[in-house]
Amino acid sequence: MEKEIKKPQDRCTEADNSKIIWLWIVVAVGLLSACGQPIWNSPYPSEDASKNILYNAFAERPKHLDPVQSYSSNEILLTAQIYQPPLQYHYLKRPFTLIPQTTHEIPLIRYIDEIGNELHTGEDVASIAYSIYEISIKPGIRYQPHPAFAKTDQGNFRYHALTQKETESIFKLSDFMVLESRELLAEDYAYQIKRLAHPKLHSPIFGLMSEYIVGLKEYAETLRKIADTLPKGAHLDLRDFPLEGVEIVDAFTYRIKIKGKYPQFIYWLAMPFFAPIPWEAEQFYSQPGLAEKNITLDWYPVGTGAYMLIENDPNRIMVLERNPYFQGEYYPTDGMPEDEENGLLSDAGKPLPFIDKVIFSREKENIPRWNKFLQGYYDASGIGSDSFDQAVQLTSHGEATVTEEMQQQGIRLETAVAASTYYMGFNMLDPVVGGRTDQEKASARKLRQAISIAVDYEEYVSIFANGRGIPAQGPIPPGIMGYREGKEGMNRIIHQWIDGHIKRRSVEEAKKLLAEAGYPDGIDIKTGAPLVLYFDATSRNADDKSVLDWMRKQFKKINIQLVVRSTDYNRFQDKMRKGNAQIFEWGWNADYPDPENFLFLLYGPQSKAGNHSGNNAANYDNPEYNQLFERMEKMDNSSERQAIIDQMVEILRYDAPWLWGYHPKDYALYHEWYKNVKPNKMSYNNMKYLRINAELREHKQSEWNQPVLWPMGLTIIILILSLLPGFITYRQKERKTEIKQLMG
Amino acid sequence: MLNYIIRRICYAIPILIGVNLITFVLFFMVNTPDDMARMHLGVKYVTDDAIEKWKQDRGYDKPLIYNQTAEGLSKLTKTIFFEKSVAMFVFDFGQADDGRNIAHEIKSRMIPSLAIALPVFLLGIWVYITLALMMVFFRMTYIDFWGVVLCIALMSISSLFYIIGGQFLISKVWHLVPISGYGTGLDAGKFLLLPVMIGVISSIGANTRWYRTIFLEEMNKEYVRTARAKGLPESTVLFKHVLKNALIPILTGAIVTIPLLFLGSLITESFFGIPGLGSYTIEAINSQDFAIVRAMVFIGSFLYIIGLILTDISYTLVDPRIRLM
Repeated sequence: MEKEIKKPQDRCTEADNSKIIWLWIVVAVGLLSACGQPIWNSPYPSEDASKNILYNAFAERPKHLDPVQSYSSNEILLTAQIYQPPLQYHYLKRPFTLIPQTTHEIPLIRYIDEIGNELHTGEDVASIAYSIYEISIKPGIRYQPHPAFAKTDQGNFRYHALTQKETESIFKLSDFMVLESRELLAEDYAYQIKRLAHPKLHSPIFGLMSEYIVGLKEYAETLRKIADTLPKGAHLDLRDFPLEGVEIVDAFTYRIKIKGKYPQFIYWLAMPFFAPIPWEAEQFYSQPGLAEKNITLDWYPVGTGAYMLIENDPNRIMVLERNPYFQGEYYPTDGMPEDEENGLLSDAGKPLPFIDKVIFSREKENIPRWNKFLQGYYDASGIGSDSFDQAVQLTSHGEATVTEEMQQQGIRLETAVAASTYYMGFNMLDPVVGGRTDQEKASARKLRQAISIAVDYEEYVSIFANGRGIPAQGPIPPGIMGYREGKEGMNRIIHQWIDGHIKRRSVEEAKKLLAEAGYPDGIDIKTGAPLVLYFDATSRNADDKSVLDWMRKQFKKINIQLVVRSTDYNRFQDKMRKGNAQIFEWGWNADYPDPENFLFLLYGPQSKAGNHSGNNAANYDNPEYNQLFERMEKMDNSSERQAIIDQMVEILRYDAPWLWGYHPKDYALYHEWYKNVKPNKMSYNNMKYLRINAELREHKQSEWNQPVLWPMGLTIIILILSLLPGFITYRQKERKTEIKQLMG
Repeated sequence: MLNYIIRRICYAIPILIGVNLITFVLFFMVNTPDDMARMHLGVKYVTDDAIEKWKQDRGYDKPLIYNQTAEGLSKLTKTIFFEKSVAMFVFDFGQADDGRNIAHEIKSRMIPSLAIALPVFLLGIWVYITLALMMVFFRMTYIDFWGVVLCIALMSISSLFYIIGGQFLISKVWHLVPISGYGTGLDAGKFLLLPVMIGVISSIGANTRWYRTIFLEEMNKEYVRTARAKGLPESTVLFKHVLKNALIPILTGAIVTIPLLFLGSLITESFFGIPGLGSYTIEAINSQDFAIVRAMVFIGSFLYIIGLILTDISYTLVDPRIRLM
């Protein structure tokens, strides 16, 4: 009897349960729909929404932040904001113009001969034994607050003699509670130049600078010997060891003595390698127990620049904050004619910097980075090939502009041709593409010219770079002295001028040259065998297969078979050093805006084979070119120098040791709240000029990122509905067991 | 049991030496110390002297495994292999080739990796066992059939699709959580929600099927028949008897992975911007940083051995018949 009474009760409970479930669903959906004003998907704390912070992304973690070692572009992006070398580039003027940064003026250069007499001009290069750069810095410039400068009331350094117990309680730089500053002195610049030769530091430019800075090579040897006598980890105080090529004149003036004439040295003075380092910092960081916690100068820089690094977690986030002691620098009041129209002078004369904090977040993948940019969480973005069509379209005049979707979001596009070149080189030591005898060399030149015509870099840029590049007419990219535009700058071996445009010569002309080279229709007349060339490439991923196929097709146009010899980067470099490659690809980014920095890539004594540190990967060695280079590199910019450069470029075009490739064009997108952007591919200390309209950004972020809540409600309903039949079956099954039990 | 554990730890030493030797040989078959120096110094303006100086400073200027010029035992000890390996056995990993402390780096990256891996592991086990038990409970019904179909469908989809799809729908279209990023403390919650959810969902198919198979195997055993014959409800049979007896194969698969949770996940961490250990080894291989590669391989092997020992110990806890001798 009991079980029969139970049944209606159960039924009643089930009905009640269903009602309650439905009620919950309605309430949940209602609640979810009702709320929703705050943004849920912001990766930043809500209290920072209206703050004057610039948000950037980085993909690759920086390895070195010590300016003596740092050389990669992702590192210099940070070091250039923190450290102040004596000079910098004008933010707006083009071509790139050097201006003082911490100095009163561009350094005076004095030339002296072998017996110490001063020469009046630098024109008589043969008589110049030394060049003296006298650099006077402005007084009153101060370092960022840092524990290395902190002193006790007695005037002793507070943190220069840490005990083991004290270091045990230190885990990051911010654990030091007392931070102080001091004035920038000339000796700090001298100290950094000495650091180029430090035995424990590996400066990538030591080899180059030791050829120019008087006594630097010997200084390195001296330091090495002294370091060998010191206990492991002991601090080597460079103040105790003078360097002949650097002289401190007074507290704010120092001199650098250079061997002979090296006009390009002035550009190095705008790079972080020549930024000041206070000896206190090196002494502070050398204390035992700190390096184990990554508290080193390489991790926590100490500079006088507009920003200081306050958080360094290169796996996640790097934060720059305004240096409270930075002052005395103002937004430029002059620039290019179009700058006024583009609103780039509206902040003219205002004190720098404008932004309080710059946050770099690590994004290894393109997809999340791009989506966060579209949501307004990054202020600027590059354009990956997978998002190019979504972002950029070409106008009827062939100009690149943002798509309608981007325009609606107020996103704008800025482009700039990089001071770089990507080229395909021929190894001139190779008997087929370089030649050995004069006759072979003449024949190989025609072969190279034919290939130069056949490989269509206009098509390459269009297909593989989404049009982001300009086919090169020679080694010098736009924006660098010596580059010529239009018909004047055209490579006549490969192109011709038709209807006001540069057109690549026809394949027939290439075939004719190939026949003249001794390979009619791609057949070697000496052997009767088809001409086979070898392209030594570094290991390629699956995406690059199409590039290699395209390359084969270009050679096939003139019936040359191209065999790709793919290898890893180590073996590739090894081949290059031994001169075993035949055809290869390489690139070069300018260190400074001087043609010497590109033309030296084909200077004979710079050949890579035999001279491993050389940068002439093609091993091109033309005595006439070498002679002209030696004259040109010592000259100041003038029409005479331009004429020599023209002559050198013509020699190169005729000899065709490279397929000139292309100069990449950088495209970047900026939100409408991002102001004062002028791409500058030579200088990196640009963050101080940038401005953000944080109020507009907050408004747009809120508008674009309102949470959509109905899918959550819907998911809950679907889940419940799909589980309900199961639940009912379960109840039935359980009841069946109960009945069986009772019946049994 | 203590003797057993000590013995197993002793066995681990030759295994770790062997793994270390294989890693060393494989690494230096592809990269020479000169290549490593060039990678760290860059390709511009690097002289042979600079390369020599770098090798000297990092201890890569010695012979690899056998020093012919040395005397006696030094022939083996004054080598790159010995000098770089011996400290590792006392967990002194030294510095990476860029000068940073490896132990510090591992410690700081381990927590974010665990912050994802641990909830995925625990939540995953709970979800997979629950779903598998449910399918077993409803075996031979449409729920079981469609459950298996769904599992196979979920197994067939790449984990990358779950990540990109999840980011697209939940973060980009519905704006519910950040697409990527990482916070500390409570702030980490909003960043972890999506990767944890995706981590669990992406493995539902394979794991649920695996657990279902284990439970079904148990269902055919005699003690289950006895339990049913006693008139126990099906839920009691499943949760009190089947689940308990199926724990050994479950533990075999699960416990061994616990120590490896520290090592993180390459793809998940990359896409969600989690600063974990997932990409540490691959980045080190790309930058030819042998110090990191050997440290990570050593830790990986060590944790795996620990996982196996833990698995053995766990058997004794769930099955009183097992004794570790």
